[in-house]
Amino acid sequence: MSNWTEVVALQEIPNMGSRIVDTGKTEIAVFRTSDDQVFAIRNACPHKGGPLSDGIVHGNTVTCPLHNWKIDLASGEALGPDEGCSNVFPAKVENGQVFVDFLMA
Amino acid sequence: MKEKLVLIGNGMAGVRTLEELFKHDEGAGSDLYDITVIGAEPHPNYNRIMLSPVLASEKTIDDIILNTVEWYTENNIELITGDAVTEINRVNQVVNTEAGRQVAYDRLLIATGSTPFIIPVPGAEKEGVIGFRDIYDVDTMLEAAHTYKKAVVIGGGLLGLEAANGLMKQGMDVTVVHLLDSLMERQLDKTASQMLKLSLEQKGLNFMMEAQTAEITGDKRVSGVKFADGWEVEADLVVMAMGIRPNMSLAEAAGIYCERGIVVNDTMQTYDPKIYAVGECVQHRNECYGLVAPLFEQAKVAANHLAKLGSTRYQGSMTSTKLKVTGIDLFSAGDFNEAEGDEALVLQDPSQGVYKKLVIRDDKIKGAVLYGDTMDGTWYFQLMRDEASIADFRNTIMFGQHDLGDAGHGDASAVMALPDSAEICGCNGVSKGDIVNAIVKVGLFTLEEVQAHTKASSSCGSCTGLVESILASTVGDGYDATPNKKPVCACTDYSHDEVIDAIKTHELKSMPAVREFLEWKTPDGCAACRPALNYYLLARWPEEYSDDAQSRFINERAHGNIQKDGTYSVVPRMFGGLVKPNELRAIADVCDKYDVPEMKVTGGQRIDLFGVKKEDLPPMWKDLSAAGFVSGHAYGKAMRTVKTCAGKTWCRFGTQNSTGLGVKLEELTWGSWMPHKFKLAVSGCPRNCAEATIKDFGVVCVDSGYELVIGGNGGIKVRVTDQLTKVETEAEVLEYCGAFCQMYREEAHYLERTAPWVERVGLSSIRERLLDDEKQRKELYQRFKLSQKYAQIDPWKARAEGEAAHEFTPLKLQVETGSEALLEVS
Repeated sequence: MSNWTEVVALQEIPNMGSRIVDTGKTEIAVFRTSDDQVFAIRNACPHKGGPLSDGIVHGNTVTCPLHNWKIDLASGEALGPDEGCSNVFPAKVENGQVFVDFLMA
Repeated sequence: MKEKLVLIGNGMAGVRTLEELFKHDEGAGSDLYDITVIGAEPHPNYNRIMLSPVLASEKTIDDIILNTVEWYTENNIELITGDAVTEINRVNQVVNTEAGRQVAYDRLLIATGSTPFIIPVPGAEKEGVIGFRDIYDVDTMLEAAHTYKKAVVIGGGLLGLEAANGLMKQGMDVTVVHLLDSLMERQLDKTASQMLKLSLEQKGLNFMMEAQTAEITGDKRVSGVKFADGWEVEADLVVMAMGIRPNMSLAEAAGIYCERGIVVNDTMQTYDPKIYAVGECVQHRNECYGLVAPLFEQAKVAANHLAKLGSTRYQGSMTSTKLKVTGIDLFSAGDFNEAEGDEALVLQDPSQGVYKKLVIRDDKIKGAVLYGDTMDGTWYFQLMRDEASIADFRNTIMFGQHDLGDAGHGDASAVMALPDSAEICGCNGVSKGDIVNAIVKVGLFTLEEVQAHTKASSSCGSCTGLVESILASTVGDGYDATPNKKPVCACTDYSHDEVIDAIKTHELKSMPAVREFLEWKTPDGCAACRPALNYYLLARWPEEYSDDAQSRFINERAHGNIQKDGTYSVVPRMFGGLVKPNELRAIADVCDKYDVPEMKVTGGQRIDLFGVKKEDLPPMWKDLSAAGFVSGHAYGKAMRTVKTCAGKTWCRFGTQNSTGLGVKLEELTWGSWMPHKFKLAVSGCPRNCAEATIKDFGVVCVDSGYELVIGGNGGIKVRVTDQLTKVETEAEVLEYCGAFCQMYREEAHYLERTAPWVERVGLSSIRERLLDDEKQRKELYQRFKLSQKYAQIDPWKARAEGEAAHEFTPLKLQVETGSEALLEVS
C-alpha cells in the first residue's frame, strides 16, 4: 500500500538541487536532478551524518559536503570504494507536484 | 548481437585495458563485446612487478593477485588459462590454441608481454637455468633455494639485482655477473652505481664485473658458469636477467608488421586495424616500454577506442625508476649523464650515504639520479615533465622541496624508513601501514586510487608528496606517476589550462557550452569540475555570466562556513580590522538574539560567530546588514581579509598609515571570487606585526614607501612571500594589488593558492608582466575593477531581502516516516 504525500511543486526545488523536509522527528532531503527526476533520501550521509541536501548534485548522485562521499540517490548507497547506505523513500512527480511515500523506507 | 573481443595474454596491460573498457558503460562487463581472455599461465591476472617481493618472502602469491577468477565471472568474461595461442588467422578472424581451441574474434587485443632474453651460450638449456619473468620462475627459484646453495644471476640491471636480493634473502650465496663495469648503467651514473654496489656488497652480494659469460657448465643440471677470460664460478642455479624482448612471434607469424616490437599507432592499433596491441610487446614511436606506468596509459587509450569513442591518443611516456630492494633508496629519471652544454648540480654526503644529481639544460631538469634520499624524486620528476623553469630556485633545489611536509611531518626524508605506524595523513588519520596495505592488497597504482581507497592525501593535500613516495617505493617501477597533463577531473581529459584557454578563445559563456565544446564525458559534470567551471566562467565573463548556485560548494551557496554538526559560522567583514563600539554592540546583540553558542576572534582580525542554524542565517544577516556589515566571505574561495597593524597613527615605530591603507585595499578587493582563498596584510614598518610576509599579497611600509610582497602562505605549507617591487604612493599599491589579483584570477587553476601558482609560473614571469609592462598592468587593473563592479554586491543583504530563500527554508511536514528512518545518526 502506498502513502503518497504531496510535498512541494517541482519548480520550488532548484534544478540539480534539493529541499529539506522537516517532519519534526527527522530530516529528509528531496532532490531534483538535471533531467527532472526526483529522489527522497534521509538527510544524513552514511559516513558521518553530513547534510546530503547541501551537496552538489550530478547525474543521479550527490556528493556529501563534509568528506566528498558520493551517494547514489536511487539506492542511498555510497559509490566507489566507500561503503554505507542511507534510507531512501519512493518519490515521484505528478502534474508538476512532488510526492514522497514516507512510510516506505 | 555483441561483437567478439579476444584478448591474448592474461597479464597486467591486457586486463587493465578491459577494466578501462568496463568504465565506459554502466554495470559489470562490457555492453559492446563478448570477451574471451586466453592466458598461457595457469593463474588469473597478477601483479608481475611484485614478483621481487614474493621472491624475497616479503609477500605471497595471493597478495599479488590483481583479478580473482570471480572477477572474470562477474564481468562475463570467458577465461581460458594454461593454454597458449599458437596462431592468429587473420583471414578467418580466428585464433587457434595449443589445446586445439578455435576462438573467433571481431576485434583482437594482443598483450603478450615480453620474454626474458636468454643469452645463446652453450649449456643455456640445462636444468636450473631460468629467466625471471613469471610465477613459475619464482617457484623454481624458491624451490632451488631449499635444495641448493650457490646462485649466479647474469645481469646487473634492475631485474637482476632484485632477483639476486631475493635469492640472497632465501639463504643462497649469490654472485651477480655483469658485462659492463657499472651496475644499472641505464638508470645510474658512475657515482651512484658505485654506491649501490658498495651497499649491496655490505648486504652480502658478490659481484663479477666486466665478465662475459661463455658457457654454462654441468651435466643435466647446471654446475657452473665459465667466462670468456677463462674464469669459472660454481652455480646450482643460474638466473638470466639480461633484459626482456617484446614477445611478438604470434603477431609476426600472422604477417602483422613488427620491428623490435609489434608496431602500433597512437590509437594502439597494429597495421591490421581490427587488431590492437598494448603492453611490453608493442613498439610505439620507436619506443618499447618495460615499465608498468606507460602500459597503463596505453590501456586507457586502447579501451577508449574499443569503446568506439576515439577521443584519446597515446603520445609516449616519460618514465622514472625505483629499485625494489628493501633498505636501498634509489631513484632515476631522464638523461642522468650530462651531455655537452648541460650542467650537473651535485650534492654528495658520503658518510650519510646520500648522493643527488640533477642534470640541467636551459634551466630545466633533464634528468635526475638520487641515492640514499629519494624523497624529492617525485618533485624533480614533476618539474622535469612539466618542463618547468627552475631559474627562480636553483640555488636551493638540491635541498629538495623542503616545505613538503611541514604540517606535522617534520623532516621525514626517508619515507621507507618510517615505521608502519607512522601517521602520514594527519587529516584522515591514515598510517603508512594502511597505505602500503591498500596498495598491495587492492592493487593500487595511482595517487587517485590511493586517495579513493585510503582517504590519505584527499583532504588538505599536504601529505601528497609522502603518499606519492610510499606509492613509488611500494610498487617500484609500476608507479603510475601523474601523467604529463593532469585532467581537471574524471569527467574530461582536458587540463585546467586547456579549459581556461578554451573558455577565452572560443568565447564559451555557459557551463553546458564548455562541456559540449570540450566533449565532457558526464552530462552534469561532478563535484570537482562544476565549481571550477563556474569560477572560470565568472572570472572570464564577469558582465555576462550568471553565477550557478548549484555548482558552488555549500559554503559559497549558503554564504557561511558549514561546521561538522551541520550548523554554520558567520564572520562579518570589518575593513582593515577596524571596528566601532556600535558595531561591536550590534554583533553582541545578534549573538544574544540568535543564541550563538560561541564567539571567537580570528587570525584575520575578525569576529567569528559559531553554531548558527541554517534557517537563522538570513534574519541574522538582516540585522548585521542594518548595522552596516557586509559578508566577510570567510567561507569562500575569495578575497578574505586585510590584516593590519596599528600604524603610524599610534605606533612609535610606524612609518606609514597601515590601517588606512588596509581599509583602502579591502574596499578595493572585497567580494572578489578567487581560485582559492586570498589574504592580504599591511604592516606599518619592517617589524611586520601584521605578518604581511606570509600573505598572498602583503605590504610592508618603510619610511620611503611600500614594499610589495606576493605568494606567501601561512597554511599547510608555510611559505614566505617573494618580493614583487617597491612603490612610493598608496595609489601605486592599489594598482599593483588589483593587477596582481587579476593575473592570479585569470591564470591560476581553481583551488591553486598563490604560493604554488607563483612557483609554477615563476616569479620572474610575474614580475616581467607586472613591473616592466605598464600597459598590461593597467589593463589587468581595469579588468579587476570591472569585475568588482559585479562582485561587490553584498550576498548577505540580498539573501536577507529574500534571494534564494529556498536554500534556507525547510519544508515543515507533519508526517509519519518508516521506522528505520528514525535511527539517529551516530
